[in-house]
Amino acid sequence: MSLWEYANPKRFIETAGRILPVLAPLSLLAIAGGLVWGFFFTPEDYRQGATVKIIYLHVPAAMMAINAWVMMLAASLIWLVRRHHVSALAARAAAPVGLTFTAIALVTGALWGQPMWGTWWEWDPRLTSFLILGLFYLGYIALWQAVENPDTAADLTGVLCIVGSVFAVLSRYAVNFWNQGLHQGASLSLDRKGNVSDVFWYPLLLCIAGFVLLFVSLVLLRTMTEIRARRLAVLLARERLA
Amino acid sequence: MMPDLGKYAVPVLGSYAAALGLLGVLVALSVWRFRRMRQALTEAEGRARMRDV
Repeated sequence: MSLWEYANPKRFIETAGRILPVLAPLSLLAIAGGLVWGFFFTPEDYRQGATVKIIYLHVPAAMMAINAWVMMLAASLIWLVRRHHVSALAARAAAPVGLTFTAIALVTGALWGQPMWGTWWEWDPRLTSFLILGLFYLGYIALWQAVENPDTAADLTGVLCIVGSVFAVLSRYAVNFWNQGLHQGASLSLDRKGNVSDVFWYPLLLCIAGFVLLFVSLVLLRTMTEIRARRLAVLLARERLA
Repeated sequence: MMPDLGKYAVPVLGSYAAALGLLGVLVALSVWRFRRMRQALTEAEGRARMRDV
């Protein structure tokens, strides 16, 4: 069995339709479990007080905002190289999800930053690159809407996605590149010493898993919608000609 | 049961409200559009079959 079998829209819809009823409830359970655990059953941080509870939303949302763009990049490259329509539609389907995660990361970051840094916003390398990533999401969605021919739109948005990847990488590594600004380094690391304390780490891990599953669920659902929308457009065009 | 958030109640609860609100809107819009498109396609395919008969 090959991955490319799922480039067949009918096959994709059949498979996604079987996976979604399992994946979607799992994602909601993981997010609800992680948030309840983190909000009600973890202590305050000795420096940040109760604001540490924002970590369960801010970190997963920020991670997924970047990862969504990486997924869109992979799907766009598949479209540009192999011309599989489903991959272009999957990239299109992921963009509003990535934009929402970016918005959540920016809003929760501002709400967290105000009491900790004394400011809602700072033109710090990570914050700025993240804002630009959000603007790239908006531009990407607008470009899909603006171009009438879907193949041309997929080509142009694919190129935009490659350009925007620079900011996705910058958002992730800005702190390391510039080594300045208000934002601290990564909260999660393969090195246990660099991680947040275990008491915060486990519920955070559950929330991250929930956000990943939610992202996959929403992309599957929205890709099915995009496939049907394209098929509908073809049928309506035939009706007009008949 | 409710943890004492002290002076940080507004940013913490505001973060939760904003994030869950945005996620709720995203999920609701995605499901609504999915159902609407499935319905519209079923109808269009039905009309196409009728024309072919």
